[in-house]
Amino acid sequence: MTEHVVIIGAGHNGLSCAAYLARGGMRVTVLEAAGQVGGAALTREFAPGYRVSAGAHLLYALDEGLRRELALDRYGLRMAADSLYTIALDPDGQFVSVANGALGGPGAAAADQEAMALYHRQMNRFADIVWGLKDQLPPRLGTTGRKDLFALGKLGLRIRRLGKNDMREFLRIAGINLYDVLQERFESELLKGALSLDGTLGTFLGPRSNNSVFCALHRFNQGRGYAIPAGGMGTVSVALDAAARAAGAKIRTGARVAGIDMEGDRVRGVTLEDGEQIAADLVVSNADPKTTFERLLGLRHVEAGFADRVHHLRTRGCVAKLHLALDDIPQFCGLDGEQRGQRLVVAPDLQYVEHAFNPAKYGEHSARPVMEISIPTVHDDTLAPAGKHVLSANVQWAPYDLKGGWDGAKDAFLDTCLDVLEEYAPGIRGLVSASELLTPADLEAEFGMTGGHWHHVELSLDSFFMLRPVPGSAQYAAPVNGLYLCGAGSHPGGGVMGCAGRNAARAVLAGAA
Amino acid sequence: MKTFNIDSREHYRNKVFPSPFHERQAALNENREWSRWYDYLSVPAYTCSTMEYFAGRNTCGVFDLTPMTKHRITGPDALTFLNRLVTRDMTKVKPGRVGYSVWCDDRGQVIDDGTVFHLHEGDYRLCSQEHQIDWLLINARGFDVSVVEDTHDVAALALQGPTSCAVLKKMNLPEVESITPFGLKHFDFEGTQLTVSRTGYTGDLGYELWIDPDHAGVLWDRLFEAGELHGIQPMGSEALELLRIEAGFILAGEDFAPAMHTVRHRNTRSPFELGLGWLVDFDKPVFNGRRALLREKAEGSRYALVKLDIEDNKPAEHAYVYDTRGRNIGWVTSAMWSPSAKKNIALATVETPHGETGEKMKVEIYYQRELKWHRKMADAVVVRDAFWDPPRRRATPPADF
Repeated sequence: MTEHVVIIGAGHNGLSCAAYLARGGMRVTVLEAAGQVGGAALTREFAPGYRVSAGAHLLYALDEGLRRELALDRYGLRMAADSLYTIALDPDGQFVSVANGALGGPGAAAADQEAMALYHRQMNRFADIVWGLKDQLPPRLGTTGRKDLFALGKLGLRIRRLGKNDMREFLRIAGINLYDVLQERFESELLKGALSLDGTLGTFLGPRSNNSVFCALHRFNQGRGYAIPAGGMGTVSVALDAAARAAGAKIRTGARVAGIDMEGDRVRGVTLEDGEQIAADLVVSNADPKTTFERLLGLRHVEAGFADRVHHLRTRGCVAKLHLALDDIPQFCGLDGEQRGQRLVVAPDLQYVEHAFNPAKYGEHSARPVMEISIPTVHDDTLAPAGKHVLSANVQWAPYDLKGGWDGAKDAFLDTCLDVLEEYAPGIRGLVSASELLTPADLEAEFGMTGGHWHHVELSLDSFFMLRPVPGSAQYAAPVNGLYLCGAGSHPGGGVMGCAGRNAARAVLAGAA
Repeated sequence: MKTFNIDSREHYRNKVFPSPFHERQAALNENREWSRWYDYLSVPAYTCSTMEYFAGRNTCGVFDLTPMTKHRITGPDALTFLNRLVTRDMTKVKPGRVGYSVWCDDRGQVIDDGTVFHLHEGDYRLCSQEHQIDWLLINARGFDVSVVEDTHDVAALALQGPTSCAVLKKMNLPEVESITPFGLKHFDFEGTQLTVSRTGYTGDLGYELWIDPDHAGVLWDRLFEAGELHGIQPMGSEALELLRIEAGFILAGEDFAPAMHTVRHRNTRSPFELGLGWLVDFDKPVFNGRRALLREKAEGSRYALVKLDIEDNKPAEHAYVYDTRGRNIGWVTSAMWSPSAKKNIALATVETPHGETGEKMKVEIYYQRELKWHRKMADAVVVRDAFWDPPRRRATPPADF
């Protein structure tokens, strides 16, 4: 009798896990609360005729091996654009572009060219260490198991192989803040501001917060740049969904799991919100760890030390998502047609970024936020009516637990965002025919992730690899017989990669073997 | 009323408080010596610890328990909360019953031991050796339960010894003799409620009395009036220490290092390693430490806690323990000459697989004779049962002594 696995949530990791489990011979049912698959990797309409990647909007981390193994291209995955590079916007048109370690644009300082090449080379090597771990099952600490020791040894060896100089630099900067590192290396304020954004996007960190170098490494994808799937991010999910179905997985949408059922010390299945019970030998949760343990399972079913660690997970999202329907392509200062399709960044200097972060610490949103902007319609005309455009931006900081709540503050923050955009693209206000601002509270409501946090759990060295989300569940198996985690809260974290799902599937299959 | 008000803004000015029995204790404390037991003054010995010990075995002794850390646990999830907290099955501890247990961290290492009093349906008192409120509140997350430390709201006395029941009967507590071991009853007493439980730390017939601090004085007075012809004596902590070692009861901080106060992981102990495996109920689907303890059960424990019967009469305090070939295998944690058992006894920690009942060991005893130090390698044997376990401890109703 094949084991029946229920996967809670058809986010991209849930789908990737489903596909690998079904291929591994398991009977798989995926239960998705929303009316469609994808979770936060989703394309949907936000104004009549205008569609947008409602959660993640730039693809930079999708695992190539996974893409190949699951034949996602056969199921419709195609890039409308790839190798997109970053342009640091400047109101006077003195922008700087950063493409695979090379600086361009009128604002680029000659002195920074060489420094950028070195930074790029080193960050690539360092990021290799972080990325090299992403398809690995994290080792358990304190055991003498051969696999565990081998995995730790391999990590040590990877660091050692950097050689003396790079190893020293890696060990020096891996835990510290990006602000200091950028100050040491670069002249241009604009360049430093833009690079600092990589260390803070999606996390509760400013450039001066320790750990921001690590976050930058987590995003540093070996210079491959950013890609935009044709049809938006939902295309990735649709392809994963098809791959999982083709492998034999059953996927049910509109099936909201209300709780994980226990029998003795084992999971027995799940109960849906409408009362339907679904029996399962194993349950894999794509939901974030807090939702999984606190809401779906109940802390009473885990031991208190573990419950305490879950309770203290940091899940305070702080990125808002801005969607604008535009009557025409906006004119960003100094940019020509092709450039407007790149990854555009509003982060004029380090101080600006730090000051944008500061209010978040006290439950306030930035007075002048930073932005990561994409205009996907430059590459893909299926997302908007002919001649019209869509602008999608990550805006931070917009803390989940805004003082006084988001209800009365949303309009003002939207206005703030448009004010900032107007500085960089004069006249853009006049082009806006519709808009949508998703605060972390909205992201939580729409995608079910606690705190509206991209990574489910703050991405940091204290919650990475064998520490993610918390010791006791870092090998995907929860400390509850038959329960596993497969979401962004597990190693290697968020971003549309699919690795957590695939690694979890491996852990499940290894556990069942 | 509280024995002192922890919520007062001034509470930090004082750290050690007189117990609600303090005036009575002071009047009897001939030695004028006080020790500190957490937030309270406690009496090590009123006059002579040996005499107080003998009161506990031959008549009855009164010990002030107020400083013991006490918690009140109520609410719809009180039972499920306790069942996740402690290792034993609390559904078996019915209202009016008391259960001894230990509780562990996730590594299956003992944080503390204590007694849970099921006062009324769903209404529990948890007594612990160490301060536990932080851990209890961490444990309360996800449960509909109220956990309050009420150490300062409850005055308590232990009345221990063969004449204890006769004393309580003389106080006109109806059917007090019908309380079985680990049972409890509530009585109307001087306009308040007096709770009497047949529990204690001496391994003998004995009771513990629980009352609000306002009535502490009158309880003491009535007890000593009733006990006058039954040899009642106040008892200090030194005598209690002797009584509990004879009974084979372990003490946190002495016979094992509580997990929360232990930095080096190897120095903590699991319930199995303390000889308390009988308190671990794996039929419960979840409790703190269960997964680790299942592993330990499969893979074996590192240590065993044993009772040693040692030759001669020199107390083996702080002694090393050796196997018969002379290899060091452990150490003594508590030791005394037992006047009641007429044996030289000790509790000791030894490395497994040592510790089987009947196993012969050697104990390295250092002792002084007129200030001159002597060393003796004494023969010892591991015994199974408590050194002192008289039938009167269990007889219900207890015989009149």
